[in-house]
Amino acid sequence: MNTQDHISKEYNDELEQLRAKVLNMGGLVEDSFNDATKALLKGKVQLAREASKEDYKINALEVSIDEDCSNMIALRQPAASDLRNIFAVVKIVTDLERMGDESEKIAKFTAELSTNSHSMKFYNSLKSLVQNTREMLSAALDCYARLDAEKALEVLELDNEVDAEFINVNRILTTYLLEDIKNIEDTIKVMWCARSIERVGDHAKNICEYVVYIVKGNDIRHVIDEESRQGREK
Amino acid sequence: MRKGTDVELLQNLGDTVGKPLIDGDSRMSCSKVDVFYNNNNQAIFDISVDLGKNEILAMIGPSGCGKSTLLRCLNRMNDTIEGCKVEGEITLDGIDVYSKNIDPVLLRSNVGMVFQKPNPFPKSIYDNVAYGPRLHGLARNGAELDDLVEESLIKSGLWKETKDRLNKPGTGLSGGQQQRLCIARTIAVKPEVILMDEPTSALDPIATATIEELMYELKSSYTIAVVTHSMQQAARISDRTAYFHLGRLVEVNETNKVFTNPEHELTENYITGRFG
Repeated sequence: MNTQDHISKEYNDELEQLRAKVLNMGGLVEDSFNDATKALLKGKVQLAREASKEDYKINALEVSIDEDCSNMIALRQPAASDLRNIFAVVKIVTDLERMGDESEKIAKFTAELSTNSHSMKFYNSLKSLVQNTREMLSAALDCYARLDAEKALEVLELDNEVDAEFINVNRILTTYLLEDIKNIEDTIKVMWCARSIERVGDHAKNICEYVVYIVKGNDIRHVIDEESRQGREK
Repeated sequence: MRKGTDVELLQNLGDTVGKPLIDGDSRMSCSKVDVFYNNNNQAIFDISVDLGKNEILAMIGPSGCGKSTLLRCLNRMNDTIEGCKVEGEITLDGIDVYSKNIDPVLLRSNVGMVFQKPNPFPKSIYDNVAYGPRLHGLARNGAELDDLVEESLIKSGLWKETKDRLNKPGTGLSGGQQQRLCIARTIAVKPEVILMDEPTSALDPIATATIEELMYELKSSYTIAVVTHSMQQAARISDRTAYFHLGRLVEVNETNKVFTNPEHELTENYITGRFG
């Protein structure tokens, strides 16, 4: 990634402001996800209610960043790393906005739970899923902030662990459903939350892929999936 | 990606990156070309690049980088400049264009040129186009010449606008029409290669778009090399793009590669508008 200044100072400022906005949006998403999952793990209904109200800020930033990007494409005609950067930002904010939506869902389901999830038996497996996803999200945003493609390649591998943990949580919750008929409704809500947490991991993986695209110019999306599909067919 | 300042990058510049040479047959080929002007001032250094058949090669770079110098070597326009010396080899269909038994006038009918400023002769539209064929004896009689003029004007997209005023002076046309007249004049002598030196920099956006569309159509019959200061134009029209910097050919690659993910940092700096 080229860090040398443009001849146009205004263009530099616009790109810097764009980056700052994306990082700001990333920070809000991270807070929203952390609050929602904290409420879920600790059974804090009030925190969950507050967390679910913050999503409008994330949505507003998505709209504003998209507008900035389309203006820059029209007025600056970006090329090479600038073009990749702006194109990737458009994609990144979509993933960030969806993460915001998933966090909102987690918060809403948590606020509706009649029992505290931490008193349920599966608490430990859920905690580990949350912890790993939080770390993954934080690391993905860090990779974008530093434009660190090498680290991004490591971070996106974490999604396999998150996926494996989600399957594990699902299995435990299914067993729980059979054991505790009284809490079926709550268990299904927690299942939805686990699903949302796993989706946040997927979106964080996407961000890592865009970072690699910005820095190296390679589109690595679906490459691993395609390789494993071809491997299976052989 | 950052490796050093532009000066350091230039000092460490090795061979041209990307694909300056093409697989298969090329129409024109430059091999280790050096050009010197007066007092051995070297203008371009060790340039090797191919022009493929039916392709548009865009040559971009800051002022004084040697792109026009190289373009003018391709049809020996530099012969007219006193003290200009060309070393290395330039071939057209495998034949050395600087060989002693090549007639530069004949070469220039094979490798035509269109300039920045439209420069029709102070003659009628018809005579502008018929001038070359008459000179080279390409038509046996008046009817053949008429056909050739019509064919050239059709190919350059000017026929509809001029067919009823062929005897009016070429200089009475608009700038964009004059440039298309110059292109008609160039293709009337049946060249293989057309060289264009900033062909649209004196034209408005609509006339520019017409010329660009014409270049796209001409590509199926000719090889085109175009020097342009407009990077958007290079991006729009060319198949491959060559980036020149201080007399060196830094990078040649497919145009979409150059504009999305250039290999060399100097190319990247230029096309993204960074300090050079």
